[in-house]
Amino acid sequence: MPYTKTYRLSFIILILVLLLCFCINISLGSVLIPFKDIFNGLIGQPTEHTSWQHIIHEYRLPKAFTAIIVGSGLGISGLLMQTLFRNPLAGPFVLGITSGSSLGVALVIMGASIFGGTLAGILTSKWSIVIAASLGSFIVLLVVLIMSNKVRDTMAILIIGLMFGSITTATVSVLSFFSSAEELQQYIFWGFGSIGNLTWHELFILFLIYAIGIVLSLVSIKTLNTLLLGENYAKSLGLNVKASRLLIIVATSLLAGTITAFAGPIVFIGLAIPHMTRQIFNTSNHKILLPAVFLFGAIIMLICDTIAQLPSSDLTLPINAITSLIGAPVIIWLLVRKRKMIF
Amino acid sequence: MAKNKSHIVLKTQDLTIGYTSKKAKTVIASNINIELHKGALVGLIGANGIGKSTLLRTLTSVQRKLGGNITINNTALENYSNINLAKVLSLVLTESLGSKNLTVFELVALGRQPYTNWVGNLTKKDFQVINQSLLQTNIDDLKHKKCYELSDGQLQKVMIARALAQDTDLIILDEPTTHLDMYHKAYILKLLQKLAKETNKTILFSSHEIDLAIQLCDNLIVMTKDSVITDQPCNLIEKGTFNNLFPQDLIIFDNNTGSFRVKK
Repeated sequence: MPYTKTYRLSFIILILVLLLCFCINISLGSVLIPFKDIFNGLIGQPTEHTSWQHIIHEYRLPKAFTAIIVGSGLGISGLLMQTLFRNPLAGPFVLGITSGSSLGVALVIMGASIFGGTLAGILTSKWSIVIAASLGSFIVLLVVLIMSNKVRDTMAILIIGLMFGSITTATVSVLSFFSSAEELQQYIFWGFGSIGNLTWHELFILFLIYAIGIVLSLVSIKTLNTLLLGENYAKSLGLNVKASRLLIIVATSLLAGTITAFAGPIVFIGLAIPHMTRQIFNTSNHKILLPAVFLFGAIIMLICDTIAQLPSSDLTLPINAITSLIGAPVIIWLLVRKRKMIF
Repeated sequence: MAKNKSHIVLKTQDLTIGYTSKKAKTVIASNINIELHKGALVGLIGANGIGKSTLLRTLTSVQRKLGGNITINNTALENYSNINLAKVLSLVLTESLGSKNLTVFELVALGRQPYTNWVGNLTKKDFQVINQSLLQTNIDDLKHKKCYELSDGQLQKVMIARALAQDTDLIILDEPTTHLDMYHKAYILKLLQKLAKETNKTILFSSHEIDLAIQLCDNLIVMTKDSVITDQPCNLIEKGTFNNLFPQDLIIFDNNTGSFRVKK
């Protein structure tokens, strides 16, 4: 059957690659642990040093799971945005969703002292950062949604998104002018992105919201395929365009918003992974694209994190720098090799 | 008479079309009475800006009517839900596709969306309808090609196949012959004529190819400034309707050849 052209082999390979990357990711780190002990640690057997058990369970495992959630979640939210706006440049970052989160966090971290001493203690806790980031991204998405109803031109919506980015940067500058060095540093570190300091409890919360976002995306597969024809055709096929658009935007903001809240503004993944997947799989069918983006996102994020850890050294590079340094050349290479952008 | 009535797929009664802005109503045409019968190929013709698109947009529920009634299969248009309307009315629009990175088969398969489950899986019957649509439009050999590889003429056939796969009583096409050369204009309209006969679907299209429409259509809807007239092409020629279609300073309608010619 031509329509159900099987991608089974590709998916099996991708899943194996994902497992391999997962194993490599938890094997490597600042402390060198032999593979045998990693395996023992995973299945609960005693390891040579008891501290290794702790490192594997409390640090490396949650970090690897976070990488999978972050990579797949951002990849899928980018795919949703690109199809919804029918624009290859769309992504959570370009549309200002991430900027919204940044502004929320900046307000909490740097605005705390401005708001006064009593609030400061409550405001700078980790949870308030998470909530502020989620709120920020959701509000920006809502505004973009309202604007997209008013202006028909997709380019205009992108420019509105970029303007939100500018407003954010400006507001952050103003805030940082009035804030202390420590607050500034805290904000900048958040901006580097980090997937390494989530506890199991936080990971659970992240996973819960992420799961809702993924379910909403799965429900939207048919809608997304219909939207490939354009909104008028989609409507003529019986689609309730407004409700579907809301569903897709809510899914995106849940995914991108919470991930940014917990892991910081991780750029590039959301924009690049869907392109990479389309180039490699050469299809626009979301039944194939969505799971493929999920796997690619998770794999790339695990690889980036492994590199960022600089195995066998005490240093950890900012994950944001690595995603762009690794990802951008890959995309350029794919585009040049195929000489044509598939969208 | 009662039997005859059931064969009417689309009917309008004293329909008024136009736009409503915040304060004023702009009426573009009124007193439109159309009856489209099962299996008929109907052309909608008129000068630029006379309201053909507005009429089609109103008939397809994209835009609201200002007055009168529209019924499809004896049910008022406004009583259809989105999904039920998609099962009786399919469209071929002038707008370009959102993505051309679909194969012809995938694109035609999207016509089955109103019938498929939540994830869009195709059943045996869906495959059967899709393959039949591909055969009826003579594009079976193209089905593995990507849409960006197709010519304008081929793409138009694919869009018609998609509308066929939607399996509706009524297909409405908005200027299906624009961008096509003379041969493919005739080819597409001839294809529509064949489809209307073979599948017994009602096909309504707007077009500027008046001479072709006169030769191929069962009925024509002619929009002029003053009125909207529906009749068989030969009756319209006899009545001299085509003479009022355009300002008469440049071209005149020749009743003998059934086409326009430039004034010398």
